[in-house]
Amino acid sequence: MTVIANPGKRDRLWRTIVISLPYAWLLLFFLAPFAIVFKISFADPLVAQPPFTPFFDWAADSGDRLLATLDNYRFLLEDKLYWVSYLKSIKIAFVSTLLCLLLGFPMAYAIALTPYPWRNFLLLLVILPFWTSFLLRVYAWMIMLGKQGLINNLLVSSGIVDKPLQLLYTDGAVYLGIVYTYVPFMILPLYATLERLDPDVHEVAADLGAHPLQVFRDITLPLARPGIIAGCLLVFIPALGEYVIPALLGGLDSLMIGRTLYDEFFVNRDWPLASAVAVVLLFILILPIMLFQRMQQEVES
Amino acid sequence: MNTGSGDRTGVAGGACSGTPWRDPKQQPFIEVRSLTKRFGDFTAVNNIDLHIYRGELFTILGGSGCGKSTLLRMLAGFEEPSEGRILIDGLDITDMPPYERPVNMMFQSYAVFPHMTVEQNIAYGLKKEKLPRDTVRQRVKEMLELVQLPELARRKPQQLSGGQQQRVALARALIKRPKVLLLDEPLAALDKKLREQTQFELMNLQDQLGITFVVVTHDQEEAMTLATRIAVMRAGSFVQIGTPSEVYEFPRNLYVADFFGSINIFDATVISWENQDITVELDGTGTRIQTRHPKTLASGSRCQVGIRPEKVLISKKPPEGAGQTVTRGVVQDLAYYGNRSIYRVRSEAGRVIQVSAQNYQRSAELLLEWDDEVFLSWDSSCSVVMTE
Repeated sequence: MTVIANPGKRDRLWRTIVISLPYAWLLLFFLAPFAIVFKISFADPLVAQPPFTPFFDWAADSGDRLLATLDNYRFLLEDKLYWVSYLKSIKIAFVSTLLCLLLGFPMAYAIALTPYPWRNFLLLLVILPFWTSFLLRVYAWMIMLGKQGLINNLLVSSGIVDKPLQLLYTDGAVYLGIVYTYVPFMILPLYATLERLDPDVHEVAADLGAHPLQVFRDITLPLARPGIIAGCLLVFIPALGEYVIPALLGGLDSLMIGRTLYDEFFVNRDWPLASAVAVVLLFILILPIMLFQRMQQEVES
Repeated sequence: MNTGSGDRTGVAGGACSGTPWRDPKQQPFIEVRSLTKRFGDFTAVNNIDLHIYRGELFTILGGSGCGKSTLLRMLAGFEEPSEGRILIDGLDITDMPPYERPVNMMFQSYAVFPHMTVEQNIAYGLKKEKLPRDTVRQRVKEMLELVQLPELARRKPQQLSGGQQQRVALARALIKRPKVLLLDEPLAALDKKLREQTQFELMNLQDQLGITFVVVTHDQEEAMTLATRIAVMRAGSFVQIGTPSEVYEFPRNLYVADFFGSINIFDATVISWENQDITVELDGTGTRIQTRHPKTLASGSRCQVGIRPEKVLISKKPPEGAGQTVTRGVVQDLAYYGNRSIYRVRSEAGRVIQVSAQNYQRSAELLLEWDDEVFLSWDSSCSVVMTE
């Protein structure tokens, strides 16, 4: 008889390997690039290859070898442009998230209450837009919203307005584009949560004297909370850093941080400043994620 | 299966004094008038009339799909009747939404609110009534004691056992002091031991509170032990309404007879009927049986005669005494249960008759063995004549 040498040890080894895989992935493709960007954000721009100063100057005679500087962050604070675009981004992302929630909740609930063969069809409709290129869909909106676009033509020909409205290159077009693009990310997690709700729970509340609105407030909404939070994060986070939609649909004043970041990198070629912009953006994003995690822990405990 | 159910009937229904359903002057507490519910082409509940009296523990019994749950949901207000009216204590509630009705329901799934503590679950109905906080707290406390859960007040439902969840659901439904409590399969989700215990608790609770209970169940034993009266439902209509002993001892037809316990059935022909005294002749043997039957039956019409296994005496010697139906047979099968034995006896006419005998003698040997020749006898008045 052979005894397997310490099977617990082998299990533990496997567990370590399995757990370390996603960590390795995150380390390699998230933390390492972030470390590089973080490092660059403390440099000065240079017309060179690479276009920034190194972190340490090993050849310096003075002994003052650390070349890192906080100038970029100081600049972010001083120049109003960055403040404006951060705030504008937060505002647009926040309002879009709210609109997605208002639009997505009834849709997700309706899908969850639809009987089966039809439910799959409705879910298919929600994810159908993903089958065409995102860029193409934004271009389609440009065509529809333009001065000679479908919407203006309809409005003019039906006599609702005298001359075409300025629809494209406005904040409204940006909201429209973001809500249109991201509403499926709101619907899907909401649907997943609402679908699992026990219908009896709603009837019990009604039976105990709750009006339909009270049932919604006391039962449906709190039980849908994990879905609401997940959906809002899935919309808010990419919307905050959105570059394409404001660039194509937005006007000159629809300046979002993604656009600013792009301009710093590719137009001004100021990599260190762009890195600083990215680092600050990341910290703005981490905040809601941490809030979400704390809420999850509260729910679980 | 259901031996000795006759002696259980006295236990239930303390809150309901006497037999109000036999008194024509009594006002029914719940009055259902020609109630019908159709789902498309399907008629779930078909033109039902029902009177339930104050303090009753009324059980609606039937197999799945018989319409019993639809009827209950119409009482609660979750289904709108296609036709008919529902009155409770003289008030027509047919068009009232669930949240305005003076009834509360305990769901089969219990459906305890998962995001609320036990306390919050129980308090929910009172909070909707906007009662002062102190009153709510006081009544929740009383209710927790009533269902024996005070130490679990701050637990979340996920930390409760099935039996505890059932109590929370019950307390939550009772706290508004409804005129009628509707219970949908209240014990179905509990294991056997817990079910028996909870059954008696439910009865005691109903006794204490005097609330009228309407229970829907598919379990005939549950119905028997709980109910003041049972309505046997089938395909949207009531087959028979009566006390547990009435439906057991005087089943109106084969369906009811078969639903409650076991019964031996013989095909027979009516010889005569006069003033509820009936004489029938069994097919094959020609044995004549005299018993009572409430409804007129024409001579020569076909019927069935039923006899419960526990009413049949089995013996090796021929029985004595008048008014007995006697037949001979051979023991074909027997099952020993300790307190009683079940015999399957093949009679001279070739029928298999089931007998349930109390083992009132103490013996390590079997009193009767396979292939023993035996006499079967029963009091003729114990035979039930049925026509469907």
